[in-house]
Amino acid sequence: MPGKLKAKIVAGRHLPVMDRASDLTDAFVEVKFGNTTFKTDVYPKSLNPQWNSEWFKFEVDDEDLQDEPLQITVLDHDTYSANDAIGKVYIDIDPLLCSEAATVISGWLPIYDTIHGVCPQANLVCNIKEQSSCGVKFFCTTSIPRCYRAIMVHGFVEELVVNEDPEYQWIDRIRTPRASNEARQRLIFLMSGELQRKIGLKVLEMGGNAVVGYLQCFDLEGESGLVVRAIGTACTLEKISTFPATATYPSNSSPSKDMKDSPQAAPSTLGCRSTHSSPVHSASSRLSQGFSVSVPTLLFAGMGSGGSAGKEAGPLKALLRQQTQSALEQREYPFFTLTAFPPGFLLHVGGVVSARSVKLLDRIHNPDEPETRDAWWEEIRQEIKSHAKALGCHAVVGYSESTSICEEVCILSASGTAAILSSRFMQDGPLDAEHRLFEEVVSPGCGFCHIPYDELNIPFPAQLTYCYCCRHYKVPDVLFTTIDLPTEANVTGKGCLIQARLCRTKKKAQGEGNATAISNLLPFLEYELHTQLMNKLKLRGMNALFGLRIQISVGETMLLGLASATGVYLTALPSPGGIQITGKTPSDITYEQHISNMQKKINDTITKNKELYEINPPEVVEEIIGSPIPEPCQRSRLFRSHSESSDEVSELDLSHGKKDAFVLEIDDTDAVEDIHALLTDFSIPAGFYSCNTEIMPGIQNWTSAIQMFTSVRVFRLNNANLTNQGLNKIFSDLCENLLKSLYFKLRSMVPCCLCHLNFTVAIPEDELIQVRTHLTLLSITDEQLQFNLELNAETSSSNPLSSPKGINPASSVDYSSFADRCSSWIEQLKLKAHTIRRGSVKTSRSTHKASPLPEGRSRSLRSNRSYSGSSVAVVKMTPLSFIPGAKIIRYLGIINMFFIRETTSLREEGGVSGFLHTFIAEVFAMVRAHVAALGGNAVVSYSMKECVFMENPNKNQAQCLINVSGDAVIFVRESELELTSVQPQSATTQTSNCGEGT
Amino acid sequence: MSTELDVFVGNTTVLDEDVYQLWLDGHTVSNAVRIRMEAGALQECEANAEVLHSDTMDQFRTFQMCERLLQSPSKVANQLLFQIPPHRQTMLIERYYEFDSVFAREVLGKKLSKGTKKDLDDISSKTGIALKCCRRQHVFKVVEELKGPLVENIQRHFLLSDVLARDYAAIVFFANSRFETGKRKLQYLSFQDFAFCAGQLISYWTVGAVNNVMEDLDVDLEKEFLHDLKDLKVLVNDKDMLDQHKSLVCAQLRGKIKVFSEMEASFKNLSRALVNIASKLTHTKDFRDLFIDLVEKFIEPRRSDKWTIGDLRLFLKHYSSSVHTLEAFRHQVIWDRYMGVIKSCILKMYHD
Repeated sequence: MPGKLKAKIVAGRHLPVMDRASDLTDAFVEVKFGNTTFKTDVYPKSLNPQWNSEWFKFEVDDEDLQDEPLQITVLDHDTYSANDAIGKVYIDIDPLLCSEAATVISGWLPIYDTIHGVCPQANLVCNIKEQSSCGVKFFCTTSIPRCYRAIMVHGFVEELVVNEDPEYQWIDRIRTPRASNEARQRLIFLMSGELQRKIGLKVLEMGGNAVVGYLQCFDLEGESGLVVRAIGTACTLEKISTFPATATYPSNSSPSKDMKDSPQAAPSTLGCRSTHSSPVHSASSRLSQGFSVSVPTLLFAGMGSGGSAGKEAGPLKALLRQQTQSALEQREYPFFTLTAFPPGFLLHVGGVVSARSVKLLDRIHNPDEPETRDAWWEEIRQEIKSHAKALGCHAVVGYSESTSICEEVCILSASGTAAILSSRFMQDGPLDAEHRLFEEVVSPGCGFCHIPYDELNIPFPAQLTYCYCCRHYKVPDVLFTTIDLPTEANVTGKGCLIQARLCRTKKKAQGEGNATAISNLLPFLEYELHTQLMNKLKLRGMNALFGLRIQISVGETMLLGLASATGVYLTALPSPGGIQITGKTPSDITYEQHISNMQKKINDTITKNKELYEINPPEVVEEIIGSPIPEPCQRSRLFRSHSESSDEVSELDLSHGKKDAFVLEIDDTDAVEDIHALLTDFSIPAGFYSCNTEIMPGIQNWTSAIQMFTSVRVFRLNNANLTNQGLNKIFSDLCENLLKSLYFKLRSMVPCCLCHLNFTVAIPEDELIQVRTHLTLLSITDEQLQFNLELNAETSSSNPLSSPKGINPASSVDYSSFADRCSSWIEQLKLKAHTIRRGSVKTSRSTHKASPLPEGRSRSLRSNRSYSGSSVAVVKMTPLSFIPGAKIIRYLGIINMFFIRETTSLREEGGVSGFLHTFIAEVFAMVRAHVAALGGNAVVSYSMKECVFMENPNKNQAQCLINVSGDAVIFVRESELELTSVQPQSATTQTSNCGEGT
Repeated sequence: MSTELDVFVGNTTVLDEDVYQLWLDGHTVSNAVRIRMEAGALQECEANAEVLHSDTMDQFRTFQMCERLLQSPSKVANQLLFQIPPHRQTMLIERYYEFDSVFAREVLGKKLSKGTKKDLDDISSKTGIALKCCRRQHVFKVVEELKGPLVENIQRHFLLSDVLARDYAAIVFFANSRFETGKRKLQYLSFQDFAFCAGQLISYWTVGAVNNVMEDLDVDLEKEFLHDLKDLKVLVNDKDMLDQHKSLVCAQLRGKIKVFSEMEASFKNLSRALVNIASKLTHTKDFRDLFIDLVEKFIEPRRSDKWTIGDLRLFLKHYSSSVHTLEAFRHQVIWDRYMGVIKSCILKMYHD
């Protein structure tokens, strides 16, 4: 069925002067879709043309409708020579194709030119007439979007398309840069349109109507071509009926935002049960490195290496649990790109599974047959699948894929969290009895921690204990995951960002030799990253990681590894043991002294951190016999026997987890260095919290203030002959300094939390390291704290801290001690605020001397001035999937934009920093304008996926490619909602949140 | 190891007002970093010099990028490049166009739009202020070409506050009228003194003050009014009227001012000074000397006679109001229009 697209060009403003003689411009507009082009009349001699054109009508096939962008080109008419292009606007009309999304795109859009950047704006009204048949909605959000209900979660969809890159060696080619950049931009637009269409077809075949957690990536493979690939989770979604109305907070549909806001809230009625585990093992634990770790609980690191180099390294293959013949396993890939789930969906978590593979790129000969790339990914996914099986899991959640390319070498990575899911949202019929059983058992807040694997057949050595919440099922001592903290999870204290950073040198090499060298280095890298993560986690007195993201980047002479995650103390898991250092040569007295000093430092740090993060788990576990959940033992037995485990279960030593289980052995300088690095980690300034997950575990009192920032830094390593330690130190300092800078810049906004704080590293050239971060800042009120202060005043007289013995271990936060922390924290804050104020007063005084300005002046005008005439709507952008204090009432469609910017006057544009700063600001502006044109007021799940920066200072040139994506939405402030329609339901939810929030 | 590239961009543009002021004052990045360090910036958030430098660079770059917009403030509100909340936009614009009054004092009366860059440089070295004079020159250039009420024009085009717009209007007005302000005897007057006087003149003596027809730049004084001022001479030339005026004033002031006898003795001189100034305003030369005349012919003599400001105020009040009871005097409207402005200017200028 052919679709009809109508477009109308209304006006432009602030156009640049194109005719020097008259200081004016004779502008007209070309509107192009597919092969059809329309032109407006020339609007002579004006910088603010009013074209007010007729409706241009395009009749096109569905396929084109989905693939093609609408191209609008603004030109300056020239009678004698060729018309000069002023700039272009590409409009992805995809959002118009869905009935529930936007219906019209209309507004001021920045006109963009790949050489001159953003300058003026054109007003454009575009309307689609006929509904296309394709109704698949795309969401970047990695959870069920607010205001939708999941009817069915169908599973994994993936697709990739390849093409020749029209311009890979941009700097050396002879061509007009504009033409080449535009060809490339358009190609990528087309490719991502095609990709989306193909995925849409797959979703329809599966019977779904939406893709959630849509992740699209570009691989700029250089000579060998351009790959655009995407993965996502197919779902059948249903819009939650009428906006604010009664169905707003359905108990088990979308992970509604109140759940999010207070992770401790409401145990889901369908909790779960059973077992769970820890990260694990891997080939690499055998490698003896600088220091060894006696506890083998390491993150699972599947070291795939297929292709031209390396060989299989999976020692876990054999471990399959025979009874888990769930429907999921019959699927090709039981993968889910979701990181947050409807209540009751996620039953158990096994641990992180990951696989990497090193490949040599070769030219893509036939773009229509992308089999090679497909086969590569297939290999990796198979590996992930088998790793998950080894952990006794039938599914992988929080799944993502990435690549790192250097010349002809490409590292493909995939990672996720092995898990067992409920069959509630699966269409493929009932799961087996075992899983049903799971579902019947209610175990709020700890079920997902219970091990899914057979404890007698643990795929790695781990220490299991009975769950500290329900006391009936086994839990591992440490849990690593790539997902967000489940909303129902019980957490003690607050979380924090934990990063492991590593840099390893590598010899320059070519072809297969290079690939082999890289695959040989990878296991070491992963192993050390995991060791660092584990050490840092223990140092903070925590026992679980969420949102774990490990990034490995390859360069010509080095490999970079960066792992980020949010550490928390899960109430269900045992308290982590301390870190114990032992030396190799105990005879030497000074050495002993040194060791014991270090040990003392470590112990002090742990104590300090526990205080800082308010980790005061209930002490005496043994005494809690009458645990709050009267769990029939038979049931667990039933399960156990089924899984062929024996009665030994009950004989396990409960105190096991408390031993100082973690021993660091110092046997050479490396280890000493490492421990030093561990201890010198910069501590976060008062008033700040940071995490890389959507929300900060343990904090509920968000305000609606939200801001998003992007930071990019590139460093040059000047001295080529650096040792591994030297490199490590440099890399670690880079990251620390970047964090310090962030805290400093945002200091006026405390108290606040930096959420979704994610780092991306790359090695754009030899000796260059690029670190990119984007984050969102959420302000925290201290109302909650004030409340706690009062509370504290009441309780302190009777019983200061120290949780009473009988306290319910399931209640995650120790009330009184929390209040106490709050008060001390507030004092600190006040102190801080004081110094800050003092500082700024000084500054302003000094500046006053230079140019005295009456204080009252600026203040007075603020009140009497109003900018009601401002025509620019505010558009919020955030990497989060929600907006605190607001309700998303409509999703308008996916934003997926790709821009190239080039300059041949780098110095004049403020050097590389000036150039990139402008470009990023321009990209933000274009995203905001498009969202506003769709009728939206925010972008959620925003991310900058790609930021490839190349420069050639000698030629005064630079080029940058940026890819951004997100979901355009309309949100309404909760306060406004309440004004318009008072809903008893939401009101009660809110109050109950407040109660639990403390 | 060196940092090649370092940027920090917010969806909402991050602005630090203190750093903005440093940028406006024309400091270099390293200077600004030093000043911030001295102000104790390092004590916040465990910052180090590197962090401070990076932050300052970022901010300076942001301001530089904003400058293009700030030059036409009316575009700031509907540009798309930077998302800046309205009150921050106001702050940016206001601070950008704020000027130093010492500088402004020097600039008064000079033809700014005619490219007296060299003059400005001289002033710069004289006042020790690093200037970014172009932005102000820009205001003058635009405003001089506009028609209609001066203050409102400035406000509309540059979105400035009342106070700041008035200050600009004063400079434009002075430049346009070429008032003499540089004489040594006038050095004691501050920019604010002149700005006040300019405000008075603009409000009561210009074309725009009487009719709202936006035909021309309203900073020109009303020719007809200046011409009519000659009629005031009768107050000192007509002996009867002078005597009557004197007795009326004396009756009002007896026992109320300390300098009564001096006043009584010199009434004729006092009155002549004020009336003569009025009658000569039609001549361009004398008009330009308005302020110097006020100081030389009226203010200085009173100061040497040790009149207090209170005495002066009372005198001027009754001096101008008594004229209303002079039945033979037919130019009451002109008189009030003249004296209203002169009275407030003198009082503003009467200080050490």
